[in-house]
Amino acid sequence: MKHAPKLLAGLIALTLLTGTTSSDSKLNDRQQALHALNRLAFGPRPGDVDAVMKDGVNTWIEQQLHPEGIPDRAVEARIATLPTMTLSNAQIVKTYYEPVLMARKQANAEAKNGDVDKKDVRRELMADVPPNQRPQVVMNDLVAQRILRAAESDRQLNEVMVDFWMNHFNVFAGKGIDRFLLTSYERDVIRPHIWGRFEDLLMATAKSPAMLFYLDNARSMAAPENRPAMQQQRGFGGRFGFGRRAIVVHPQQQGQGGLNENYAREIMELHTLGVDGGYTQKDVTELARVLTGWSISREREGGEGATFVFRAQMHDAGAKTVLGIRFAPGGGIEEGERMIHVLAHHPATAHRIAYKLCQRLVADEPPPALVARVAKKFLATDGDLRQTVRAVIESPEFWSPASYRAKVKSPFEYTISAVRAVNAQITDPAPIARALQQIGEPLYGAQPPTGYSDKADVWINTGALMNRLNFALSLASNKLPGVHGDVVSLIPAGQAADASHSVEALALALTGGNLTEETRSIIKSRIVERKAPSEDPWDNTQLPTVAGLILGSPEFQRQ
Amino acid sequence: MIDRRIFLKSSGLALVGGSLLPNVFVKMANAATTKGGKTLVAIFQRGAVDGLNVIVPFGEKAYYDARPTIAVPRPGVDGGAIDLDGFFGLHPSLASLTPYFKDHSAAFVHAVGSPDATRSHFDAQDFMESGTPGVKSTEDGFLSRAVGVKKETPVSPLRAVALSPALPRILAGSAGAVAMTNLSQFGIRGGANVSGGFESMYAEAVAGTLGGTAKESFEAARILKSADPQKLQPENGAVYPNGPLGNSLRQIAQLIKSNVGLEVAFADVSGWDTHAGEGGAQGQLANNLRNFSDAIAAFTRDLGSRMGDVVLVTMSEFGRTVRENGNRGTDHGHANVMLVLGGGVKGGKVYGKWPGLSSQQLYENRDLAITTDFRDVFSELLTKQLAVPSLKSVFPGYDTLPSKWKGILA
Repeated sequence: MKHAPKLLAGLIALTLLTGTTSSDSKLNDRQQALHALNRLAFGPRPGDVDAVMKDGVNTWIEQQLHPEGIPDRAVEARIATLPTMTLSNAQIVKTYYEPVLMARKQANAEAKNGDVDKKDVRRELMADVPPNQRPQVVMNDLVAQRILRAAESDRQLNEVMVDFWMNHFNVFAGKGIDRFLLTSYERDVIRPHIWGRFEDLLMATAKSPAMLFYLDNARSMAAPENRPAMQQQRGFGGRFGFGRRAIVVHPQQQGQGGLNENYAREIMELHTLGVDGGYTQKDVTELARVLTGWSISREREGGEGATFVFRAQMHDAGAKTVLGIRFAPGGGIEEGERMIHVLAHHPATAHRIAYKLCQRLVADEPPPALVARVAKKFLATDGDLRQTVRAVIESPEFWSPASYRAKVKSPFEYTISAVRAVNAQITDPAPIARALQQIGEPLYGAQPPTGYSDKADVWINTGALMNRLNFALSLASNKLPGVHGDVVSLIPAGQAADASHSVEALALALTGGNLTEETRSIIKSRIVERKAPSEDPWDNTQLPTVAGLILGSPEFQRQ
Repeated sequence: MIDRRIFLKSSGLALVGGSLLPNVFVKMANAATTKGGKTLVAIFQRGAVDGLNVIVPFGEKAYYDARPTIAVPRPGVDGGAIDLDGFFGLHPSLASLTPYFKDHSAAFVHAVGSPDATRSHFDAQDFMESGTPGVKSTEDGFLSRAVGVKKETPVSPLRAVALSPALPRILAGSAGAVAMTNLSQFGIRGGANVSGGFESMYAEAVAGTLGGTAKESFEAARILKSADPQKLQPENGAVYPNGPLGNSLRQIAQLIKSNVGLEVAFADVSGWDTHAGEGGAQGQLANNLRNFSDAIAAFTRDLGSRMGDVVLVTMSEFGRTVRENGNRGTDHGHANVMLVLGGGVKGGKVYGKWPGLSSQQLYENRDLAITTDFRDVFSELLTKQLAVPSLKSVFPGYDTLPSKWKGILA
């Protein structure tokens, strides 16, 4: 019965026809499941689409909105084997940063005494540090943790949102001691707060050593005439009538102002109100004055950057006005806490957060009506992030055929979704981290505080596209050390009879049915035509190539 | 004392008397020693480089008053600025660029920038790259528009190349610019069969970013493969310093030498946002400037006589505050400095009207004021170097009159 397989193939092809046709006013069940798994997770693994369809997509979403209720033991066990992931900020600083600090001090001391190259001395001293205590272990563990969680965690929406918020509150690993502070930042500051109130998340970042160092607030201090503590100092001989000693101003405290505006600007421009949110340069300066004293511990105070410290003697105790809010002289830490509250509840903030969430989850140019509704929900729920995200997900715009496959995957989304699609086992995430660098999104590697973009036009350009395709080919042919998939096993038994069937079956397995007829034909023609008629019948050795072509297809770039 | 002989040896010209030479690259350009077309190389210093410490106005006392710890000392002392014209000096880390200034192949423009008042890195870079300060709705970049106006046929898929992982804003648009970080890895690693498969797939793809981008990629990859630029080694003893800029410029030089039709090349370099601990003659900024200078010097040396057809220009989104802040650094400012180097450059000069650094001369009482719009500099470069026939669409809403040009190029 030669015609049966063809008929079968035709039937499969029909059921696979998806995409937005003008007659569709609603996504069907399969499309909805795919859409949810692409936008609210890092793409489906084999069997995920069917599982979500069986339970119903709304059930799945409800579970994902409460990640604390999803057991995730396998992944947690893996993460626990990464030594630095269980250390406190202070412990990391002590164990991994201290050798660097000591090497630097030693080198400086030796340079003072003789003619040595400080770099050489430092290098020699660092070479003596045992490998598992070298500074790079910290970021290696953190990157590995993020890749593993994105690829393997059952709390997928949680990982999508961690990626979103780590980007929104970006901290660059390449700046100074931030590479030691990021572990605690993600684990203790971001992750625990992303489903609660925005104000709590914002406050946690504002008091995090990682952010205070990254945006220089840790060293920002008030102009000498506005510092409270110094003005009240009494000299040694006060009691014996020698009178007040002259005010001692440390060399570090000299200079014009001492104020550093970096964080004050970015907390308004990027983290809350947005660049058009209605603040002025004066507001930036005044907010910087409010935030003076929000600093980090020094080495002798338990480790440099180990904890948040409010330094009253650095704080500007003068009168201030920020966004029309007046602060009387003599204030302290409560000024900054009040401004954080104000910023967190500002309508411009609501709009900006809503816009960014909609851009990430719905469309590069989010529909204004949706943004407005989500902003309203944000304000009405005291900045409840779970409710706000729910408002996006439950919107008609999210489920509109216009949103289906409308976004292009970011490099992180692309690599992880490919790894999940082939159900690869990751024994070493490092090659994935390297691929991310080549495709343009090294984790924790965004230098400017804007973080990485959520829009397609930034990601899709020539060089990056080539690297995506090459990644797909390497992954599919198991040429990525430490990342092992078996594409042959993805095809149900009996469906790999010939090239045409194999392509159909793999396409279904890898994309859940999103490959167009044209793409499937092209792949088939590439494979079939190249085999001479007299050669052996179809075998499995071409499947990795087919898989590579599917994972590199235009359809797979989309979500 | 600058050793001109080293430079001359590398460019193959004999020493002419004892006087300052005219721009050797002008002579080369006139002699048409190269068979390739002309190229404009733009380098973006992202993060707002401190122009006042790059081209130091050592002749102005206010500079030293404003920067008690991070000013670059006057010429003649240890770590002092390299005297350029008795008023301005080069940061000592830029020593490797001095010969080009002295032989008139390099010039600087001071107090230049974008008129928009924003001090947001993101917005300012956006405005500068889109070529429309103050306008957020512009979708493409001015270099892309410039190349597009030329309406050449046939169009080389490698006529506009950015050495970066993502296509920068300045080259976004319909001119088909290509972004890559590594020439040798640009292409599909999977054989002609697979490569052809992808090509067909993407040719069928829906019009828009993905489809158009892919088509250009494959064409560019094909050309690169046959031209094989990465086999070209640096010449004339040029040694590129380690780091992203050296890496980018080395590859841009390879592309130029391969005659693939490169007209616009772009690279960017970060790390200039010195809010704290900027340093003066030494320190953070000094280290970055040394790498910056050496990379550009190596590029120029590497290209040798081909530099006659190349103009390199640097830019940054805004400058930094005149006064240092309390952390021995500087905050976001306004006007900045640009370098222009290469064939046709009337160098040995600091162009632009110097507004002065006394309080009433500053912009908003804190920053260097702008006296030259960056679009005037680029208008001249695009017209004279790249023969862009009309600038109306390149800088919409701006008057690009030649009378406003500084006369930096011959």
